[in-house]
Order: sequence, then C-alpha cells, then structure tokens
Amino acid sequence: MSAVLEVVGLSKSFGGIHAVSNVDFCVAPGELLALIGPNGAGKTTCFNMLMGQLKPTKGDVFLKGERITGMLPRKVWRRGVGRTFQITGTYQSMTVIENVQMALISHHKRVFSITSYATRLYEKQAMELLELVGMPEQAQRACAILAYGDLKRLELAIALCHEPSLLLMDEPTAGMAPSERIALMQLTADIVAQRGISVLFTEHDMDVVFAHAQRIMVLNRGELIAEGSAQMIRNNRMVQEVYLGGGSLFEDQTLDEHAGAPGGDQHA
Amino acid sequence: MGLFIAQLLTGLANAATLFLVASGLSLIFGVTRIVNFAHGSFYMLGAFVGYSLMQVLPGAIGFWASVLLSGLIVGLIGVVVEMLVLRPVYKAPELFQLVATFGVILVIQDLALMIWGAEDLLGPRAPGLKGVVRIMGEPVPLYDLALIAMTPFVLFALWYLIARTRLGVLVRAATQDREMVAALGVNQAWLFTGVFFLGAALAGLGGAIQLPKGGADLLMDFNILAAIFVVVVIGGMGSLPGAYIAAVLISVLNVFGVSYLPQSTLVLMFVVMAVVLTIRPYGLLGREEVAGEHGQVGEPDRPIKPAGVRARVIVGIGLLLLLALPMADSHFLVILATDIIIFALFAASLHFLLGLGGLVSFGHAAFFGAGAYVAALLVSHANAPMELAFLLAPVGAGMAALIIGWLCLRLTGVYFAMLTLALAQLLWSLVFQWDEFTGGDDGLVNIWPAKWLSEANSYFYFTAIVGVGGIILLRHMAHSPFGFALRAARDSQRQAEATGIDTKRVQWMAFTVAGVLAGVAGGLFVFSKGSVFPNELEIAKSFDGLIVVFLGGVKTLSGGVVGAASLELVKDYLTRFEYWRLALGLLIIFVVIVAPTGIVGSLRSLLERVRGSST
Repeated sequence: MSAVLEVVGLSKSFGGIHAVSNVDFCVAPGELLALIGPNGAGKTTCFNMLMGQLKPTKGDVFLKGERITGMLPRKVWRRGVGRTFQITGTYQSMTVIENVQMALISHHKRVFSITSYATRLYEKQAMELLELVGMPEQAQRACAILAYGDLKRLELAIALCHEPSLLLMDEPTAGMAPSERIALMQLTADIVAQRGISVLFTEHDMDVVFAHAQRIMVLNRGELIAEGSAQMIRNNRMVQEVYLGGGSLFEDQTLDEHAGAPGGDQHA
Repeated sequence: MGLFIAQLLTGLANAATLFLVASGLSLIFGVTRIVNFAHGSFYMLGAFVGYSLMQVLPGAIGFWASVLLSGLIVGLIGVVVEMLVLRPVYKAPELFQLVATFGVILVIQDLALMIWGAEDLLGPRAPGLKGVVRIMGEPVPLYDLALIAMTPFVLFALWYLIARTRLGVLVRAATQDREMVAALGVNQAWLFTGVFFLGAALAGLGGAIQLPKGGADLLMDFNILAAIFVVVVIGGMGSLPGAYIAAVLISVLNVFGVSYLPQSTLVLMFVVMAVVLTIRPYGLLGREEVAGEHGQVGEPDRPIKPAGVRARVIVGIGLLLLLALPMADSHFLVILATDIIIFALFAASLHFLLGLGGLVSFGHAAFFGAGAYVAALLVSHANAPMELAFLLAPVGAGMAALIIGWLCLRLTGVYFAMLTLALAQLLWSLVFQWDEFTGGDDGLVNIWPAKWLSEANSYFYFTAIVGVGGIILLRHMAHSPFGFALRAARDSQRQAEATGIDTKRVQWMAFTVAGVLAGVAGGLFVFSKGSVFPNELEIAKSFDGLIVVFLGGVKTLSGGVVGAASLELVKDYLTRFEYWRLALGLLIIFVVIVAPTGIVGSLRSLLERVRGSST
C-alpha cells in the first residue's frame, strides 16, 4: 500500500545549528507511528516542517503522493491533515462547542459568511465530535476555564473536524496525569482505528508510546537513529545509550514492566 | 553647494531634539509596553519649564543648568504620572494604559495654559552661541553646531547605560520578559518608575534644548507626537542607534523638503516611512517583535451571545425613545443626538476591529475623514447630488482601508498600530497641504444635504436609521462566521491557520469593513455640519475613538457605542468651562483607575456581584 505521508531527506538548520538533518520516513495508512527522542532532538521542528509552520532547508514532504513541502499550514489542512499542538492554542474567548464549530465552518468554507449566526451552524456535527471525545457536558463551558486535559481532548475533536486522513499530534498527553494520558491515547487509538486515520505523534511518556505505537522512530540531535517495533526499540543499543546513557529520561523499571508485555498492554 | 551643506547641518541639528524625545518613547515602550501618548506633553513641559528657568538663571552656565534642570523636573513629573496614573492600571488589558496617558495629555495641556498662558513664547538664545559661522559662504548658527556635536555623546551615553550597566541589563531583560525579571527578585514597580523617569527626562531635555530654535507653545505636544512615532518605527522599536539614524533622516529630509517641495513636507516624512517599512517591516535596525506575552493580561474575553429577548426589548424601547426625540422640540437636543449617533457608529466600527479582531488601529480617523472628504469633494468639485456623494463616501473610505489595511497587516502588534497612525497622518497631510483640491486648512464648506433632508429633524431621522442600522450590522457580523473567524485569528492565529482559516485575509476584510462603516459615519458627519476640516482625520480624532472604545469596554460588544455616547455627552457639558480639558482629562484618568474593564465591563461585574450576593 502506498504511504499517506512520505518524508525524504528533510533537513532544517538555524544558522549553523542542524536541528533536523536528512530525515526519511513513511507513514502507512491506518498506522500509529511514534516519533520519540530526548528534549531538543528536533521532534517539534520536524512536525512544524510537515505542516508548513516552518520551511525546510532541504528535503521534501509528500502527502498521498502530492508534494506539500513548504505549503502553508491552512493548505496542508485542506488536504486532510489535522494537527494538535504541544501547547494548546484553542480560542479562549469561545465556548467549547464554538471552538469545534469554528473548525467546521472553515471546513465547509463559510468563514466569510455574514448572513448566518455562527453558533447555529453545524451544531449537530460539533456535538457528535464532542461526544466522541467524551466531553458533551462541557459543550457550553467557556474554553478559558477548561482543565488542561480537557483542552487536549477538545483539540482532538477539532483536529477530527475535516475527516483527516492523517493526524499530527505533538505531545498529545504532555502535562496530563498518568491515568489521563493512557485514557486519552486509548481514545485516540480507538477513534483512528475506527476511521482508518494514520497518526504520527511525538511523546515523552514511554508508557504511552510502548502501549500504543505500532512503530517507533527515534530522533537524536536531528537524526533518525532507530526505527522499528516497541520491542526492537527497547533492545536497541543506540537508543538505550541516548536515553539511559544520560540516565534520566526513563528508568529500568519501566523497561522491565514492559518487557513482559510485548504488544503493549495497558497498566495503571 | 554651500547652501546644501548648510541645510544638511540644520537637519542634523534638528535631529538632536527629535532623537532625544524619540529615544525616551522607545525606552518607555520597550520596558513597560506602554505606548506613552503623553510623551509629546513631556516634551512641551520641558520647553516651558526651561523657558521659565532661563528667565531666572543668567549666563551660559544658567542656560545649560536650565536645560539639565528641565530634564530633571520633567523626569520627576514623569515619575508622578507613572506612580499616580499608570501603576493602578498595569494589570488592565493590554494597551488600556494608553487611555490613561491620553488623559494626562489633556491635563498637561490645561495646566500649561494656566501657568504659561496661551501666547507662544520665544526661546532665549544660548549665551555664547548666539553667532553664526560661515561655511562656504552660508551662515550656520553656532548653536546648531553645538547640537550636532552633542548628539553623538548623548547617543553614546544612553547606549552605555543600556548596554554596559546593571540598570541596562535589567532594562533589556525586562524588555524581553518582564515576569522572569520579577521572578528574579527585581522590584518591577521601581524599574518601571525608573524607566519612566529616564524617558520623561529625555523628552524634557529635548524640549528645553530646542528653545533657542523653536520656543515654546501649546501645540508642541501633538506636533511632535507623529514625528517621534515615525522615528521610533523607522529606526526600529527599542533600537537607540536606529532612532538616531531615523531622526537624522527625517530631520534632514524635512529641511530639504521645506526648500524644494514646500507643499509636501509633511507627506514626505510618511512616504519615507512607508517605503522603509515596506522593505524592512521592523524598521532599519529593529528586530521582529517576539510575542513576549506570557499568558493573557487580565481576564480572558467571555464568549459572546446574541442579545436575549429582554435586552432586545430594552434596546427597542431605547430606539423608540430616540425616534421620539424630535417631539421634545429642542433643536439643541436633536443636533446633540445626531452627533452622538455619528460618533457611536465611528466608535463601533473601531471596536469591531479592536475588540473582536485585536487589531489596535491608531489611525481609524483616516477612514472617517476619507468618507467625509470624498463626499465633500464630490459635492464641491463635481457638483454631485447629496445622495450620490453620500453613497460614494463609504466606497472611498473602503478603498483607503483596503490599501492601508494591506500595508499595515504585514505587521503585528504595536508596529501595526504605529503604521496605521503614520498612514493616517499621510492622508491627513495630503488633505492639509493640497490646498487647491481640498481647501487645506480652510476645509470645504457648503456641503449641505438634499432638500428632503434639509430640516434638522429629518436629517436626524436619516442619521438615526443609517447610524443605528450600521451599528446593528456590525453587531450582527460579530455573531456571524466572519466575526467568529476574526476572534479566532485574535485568540490563536496558529490554531486558526492550522484549521484552514486565512487569518490575514479575514483581518484585511475586517479592516475594510471597519473602514467602510467609519466612512458612512464620515458621510453622515459632513452633511450634518455642512463642512469638513482636516482635523476630522487628525491624530486627536483617532485617539478619541480609541478612548471611547477602551472606556466603554473593549471586551464587551456594546463598549464602543456606550463609550461614545458617554464621552460625547460629557464633552458637550464640560466644554462650556474654560479649563474643560483638565476636567475631562482627570475624569478619564479617574474612570480608567476605577473601571479598568471599561464602563460596560465594570457595570456587568457589579451587576453580577449584586446578583451573586442576593441568591
């Protein structure tokens, strides 16, 4: 099957610093692919180049065969890519449902309409999406007073508005409690499996990564150093060095627990 | 050649003042994020205080001591302003403080009038530097040479202060991240006060030092304001060398302009600015403004809702009362109500841009004026019937907004604001200096409505229908997808772009819509007064709009309209007194301090508190 997303030789340098160099990978249809790496490895830079927030210095990005390198984020979005951000950027002055409605309005190309009331447009679809992510009771609450975990779920609902074929999720569970993380990722996994959406996500929480990613890529200092299943990544020498050599990011214990459960069972 | 050099030297000498004042403005903005509209007033005070001191202190030593003392005194006045007026409102929404500084302008204007009188004062010449030297046959005042020689030292001293001292490190750190500096244990309040002292003192020095060349008068404050904004923007916000280069550029240009293109000196300055910003959007030596805000200042906006039944009924009754107004048989009331509606429409159009779009335009009067002038020009030059002229007024204003909006929206934040101000001034200077076409300072007169509207009452009805219609249209748009997209672009441009919204285009259209409706207000205005003068598109008019929007409440939909009505009523009453500016200024400062969320916002909070305690 042909890839949903194909990345060829992607590079970005800021002045003399090579933030990302020569990264190649593909995302297969329906795949949950994790991009991990220590802080500053270039994950977010990579993401920003995929959706056009940054222009790559070199290399190309193809979406379903079409070259989208350096294309504006809104145009990439129109081609069926949804994105959630590391730091959420929802519309603070709107209610939860209005946030979703805004994306739906954009999807239906009615941004410049002045004849209708925005709050009455696509109300049903927006409500369905909120039910999907499990927050229908919060629909009328102001976004500004939402808990962080709820904002992340709201972002997911927004990202699903235009029935994307690919979701880019930058640290979808950052800043959440451990139990929430697993729950949110499980929710995401269920939704995308049901809809056949491919997901590329970055994550620091190895529990989440090993539990849900079907394939894992490891980025270090801007270069891909390993790629494969959870088992392979765990046993990879270079990866161990990157993570364990510094000895801080994830602990042996986590490894042991997971080692007994290949395929990624959930545990609290 | 001699003349050329002499003119060059005059320009360089003039740059001294401009640089001093502009660097103060830049410094204050950099650290406190306050656009200090009162900076021109500090400059004016420097001139007046210096004048008085020079009367008392004799000789060359007395002269220079007076200059320095003026700086010191004005610096202290700046401290008083900062502590009394600005400290209470640092927590208010961004840019709210500029309303307070506008109140300060009014207060200082009247205080200066009380103390020094309305006569222009001729500055004394500097003892020991009264003569001229001949350079290639052309006379060049010695004082000019002294100024030219002095400025680089001032620049160096300031640069040293900012780049090499501990205070400078704090100032630079605060420019980048105020919260962090506060977290490191620096007393932010005193840092701000210190910077205000320095900034105001520089303005005061600038005012005193130009006395031998320009004297002191009551128009100095507004006259220099546009120029220093231009200098700061051309040079690059926060860059001292940039401010110096820009000050020289503008001053030299001005001197040459006066001799070779006397009809377009004012226009020239803004054309240069537009060109510079087109090539380098952040000024000659400026850097892109990094959104330094960490979290929102103040409460976030609340979700908006279309008015409920009760609100609609109340507004409906209000409108019926308005329409019944002519029955009171008071010519005065009808005229006042007409003025209020026109101003309210103007304010509502600015509020649409500012409140919903977060686009702070400092030059919205340009479109009000454009509408008024397009109608007036059509009537006086083409003999157009009133109906046609009135219809074309918003078209003209909309075209101006389309162009100005396109240019300005390439920038963001305060750069955007400054560029709108400069382009509005460009339009103003065109109108002001193009005598043959626009009548210049004498304006255009005899622009009366068609026969069927010639009665004050019928024109009032016309205004009420068009004006209220316009306001309702704007309100409706706020609830439409377009209005939502505008708020989306304000709340999170990144999110909006990542979900397919072309935010620049949305903002551009909003800018144009606001311009068109300001143009409608301008059209209504010119036929209600029968005349139009350049002051309808000058800075003060734009500031009036900003003040009412902020005073009414940026974060509430009805803020603009309520603010406009309140200010117009208060002004109507206060202008009967001699020192009305003082009273109005104090009133504005008072409202800013007690109601930092604006009139509507504060009333709403009050109402909620009352309700909350009763249940």
